[in-house]
Amino acid sequence: MPSPQIDIHHVAKLARLALTEEEAAHYQQQLTRILGHIDQLSSYTLDAEPSAHAMPVFDVVRPDQARPGFEQSEALSNAPRRAMDQFQIPKVIE
Amino acid sequence: MSLASSTISALRQKLTSKEITPRDIVTDVANAIDAHNATLGAYLSWDVEKALAEADKADLSQPLGGIPIGIKDNINVTGEPCTCGSKMLAENYKAPYDAGAITKLRGAGAVPFGRLNMDEFAMGSSTENSALGVTRNPRDLDRIPGGSSGGSAAAVAGNLAIATLGSDTGGSIRQPAAFCGCVGIKPTYGRVSRYGLVAFASSLDQIGPITKTVEDAAILLNHLCGKDARDSTSLDTSVPDFTSGLGKDIRGLRVGLPKEYFISGIHAGVSARVNDAIKKLESLGAIPVEISLPHTELGVSTYYIIAPAEASANLARFDGVRYGHRSTDAKDLMEHYMMSREEGFGPEVKRRILLGTYVLSSGYYDAYYIKAQRARTLIRQDFEKAFENVDVIVSPTSPAPAHKFGALKEDPLAAYLEDIFTIPVNLAGLPGISIPCGTAEEGGKQLPVGLQIIGKPLDEITVLRVADAFEKA
Repeated sequence: MPSPQIDIHHVAKLARLALTEEEAAHYQQQLTRILGHIDQLSSYTLDAEPSAHAMPVFDVVRPDQARPGFEQSEALSNAPRRAMDQFQIPKVIE
Repeated sequence: MSLASSTISALRQKLTSKEITPRDIVTDVANAIDAHNATLGAYLSWDVEKALAEADKADLSQPLGGIPIGIKDNINVTGEPCTCGSKMLAENYKAPYDAGAITKLRGAGAVPFGRLNMDEFAMGSSTENSALGVTRNPRDLDRIPGGSSGGSAAAVAGNLAIATLGSDTGGSIRQPAAFCGCVGIKPTYGRVSRYGLVAFASSLDQIGPITKTVEDAAILLNHLCGKDARDSTSLDTSVPDFTSGLGKDIRGLRVGLPKEYFISGIHAGVSARVNDAIKKLESLGAIPVEISLPHTELGVSTYYIIAPAEASANLARFDGVRYGHRSTDAKDLMEHYMMSREEGFGPEVKRRILLGTYVLSSGYYDAYYIKAQRARTLIRQDFEKAFENVDVIVSPTSPAPAHKFGALKEDPLAAYLEDIFTIPVNLAGLPGISIPCGTAEEGGKQLPVGLQIIGKPLDEITVLRVADAFEKA
C-alpha cells in the first residue's frame, strides 16, 4: 500500500471541490491521519475474492418495457436555473 | 397516555374499535411537535394540513391504516422537502416522486408525516453534521442523539412520533436507537428498496424502522420489504410475517458472543448492562457460546475506504444543474461545479468525498478499493463460519453511551472508531437490531445502553424473536 501522501489540490480538483487554503491544509492533515489508520489493511494477508456487495446477486435484468417517467415540467421543477424548457448552464463554447 | 407516546399496535386497536380517528393521532403528534421540537430539534419540517388530509382518507382496513410515520430527510416523499441535512438541498428541492419504501408504507395505509434531521447525507454518528439544526438527546439535552438517523431516534424517544424510518450505512439506525433508548433494526441488505433513498454508499445503505417496541419494528418491516424493480439490488425473495417469532420462547437458541467485541476500552456501564443482558438471555433458556470474528479489527478501515469511495461517486450528481445549490459567482462551467459544491457541502461530506476520490484515483484503486473489497469478503466469511454454530450474535451496539456535544468534533478518526460494532454488520449485509438494555451512569446522568442482536442473512424473524423475548422478560 502506498504511503499516504495526498496531493490535496489534485484530489479536490478531481472531486470538483474548490477548497480554501485553510480547508486544504486542514483536510490534508486529517486525511493523512485517517489513511495512516486504514494502512493497517497492508499488514493482513487478504486472500479472498473481492466482493462488491454482501449478497450473492449478479447481473440483474428486468423486462425491456417502457414505464412512466417524469414529464418535462417535473424533471425541470428543481433546476436552479432553466431557460426555454431546458437546464441552463454557464457557456461552454465560444 | 397521549396518543403520540403510544405504539402502532395499541393505536391500531383503538382505530379499528373506532375509539379514535387517524385525525386524532396526527393532531396529537403535531401538538407534541409544536410543544417540544423547539427543544429537541428532531424535525426539520412537517406539514400538518397535508398529513391531516391524508389521515382523513386513510383506509383503516389496511394493516397500518391511519398511522403517521416520521421520515428521515433523505427518503423522498412526493411534494415534500428532502434536504439530507444539507445546504445543498435546503433551498428549494421538492421531491417529485415517492421512494419505494414510501410506496409500500402508503400501500399499507400509513401516512408519512414530518421530515427528520440527520447528519448531512447520512455521514456521521451524532447528527452534529447536519447543516440545518441541532438535534438533542431526549434523555439528556446536553448530549447528542447519535446518528446519522438522530432525528428519527430522538422523535421516537421523545414521543414526537409513533414510529419513524431511518437509514443505516454503518450503524445509522442502531446507534441512535441505542443512544436514545428505543428500538432500531437494519434489515438484511436488499430487503427494502433503496429507490428514492438519497444514495450515500449504495452497497451498504438500507432503510429500516425506529420504534418504541420490538413488535412495532416487526409490524413496520412487514410493510417495508419486498422486491422493487427500480432497485436492482433489492432481493427477489418472499417476505415472511416478521411478527411470527414474537411471543415465542428462546430455549435452546445459541447466542454467539464474539470475543473481539468484548474488549477493554468499552465503557464500564455499557459492559455491565450487556453482561446483565446475556445473563437474562441465559435465564430465558438461551445458550451463550463464545465465538471468534477474527477480521473484526479490519471493519472500520474497510468501511472508510468503501463508503467514501461510493459516496464520492454518488455525490457527483450534485452538479448545481438539475437540482440543488448553484453558485451565482461562477464564470465558467468548471468554476460552476467547483463553487456550487464548495458552497453546498459541509465539512464531513467534503472530507469523505476527498477521501473517496483519493482511494479511487489513478494508481490507488488496487491499493485501497480492491483491498477493502477483499477484506469485506473475509469479514462476511467470519460471520458465515460463526453462524454455523450459533443462531444469533449479541454485542454492545456502541462502546460508550451518548457523548456531549462537540466531544469528537476535532477528531474524525476517533469518531469513526466508535462504529466498530455496527460497521461489520453492514459490510456483511446482515440484519441487526438495537434494543434498550438498561442505563449506564455518565457525568451524573443515567444514559440508555443498546444491545445489538445480529442475525443470519434474511433471518430477521429470529433476531426479532430474541429481541422480543428479552424486551418482555
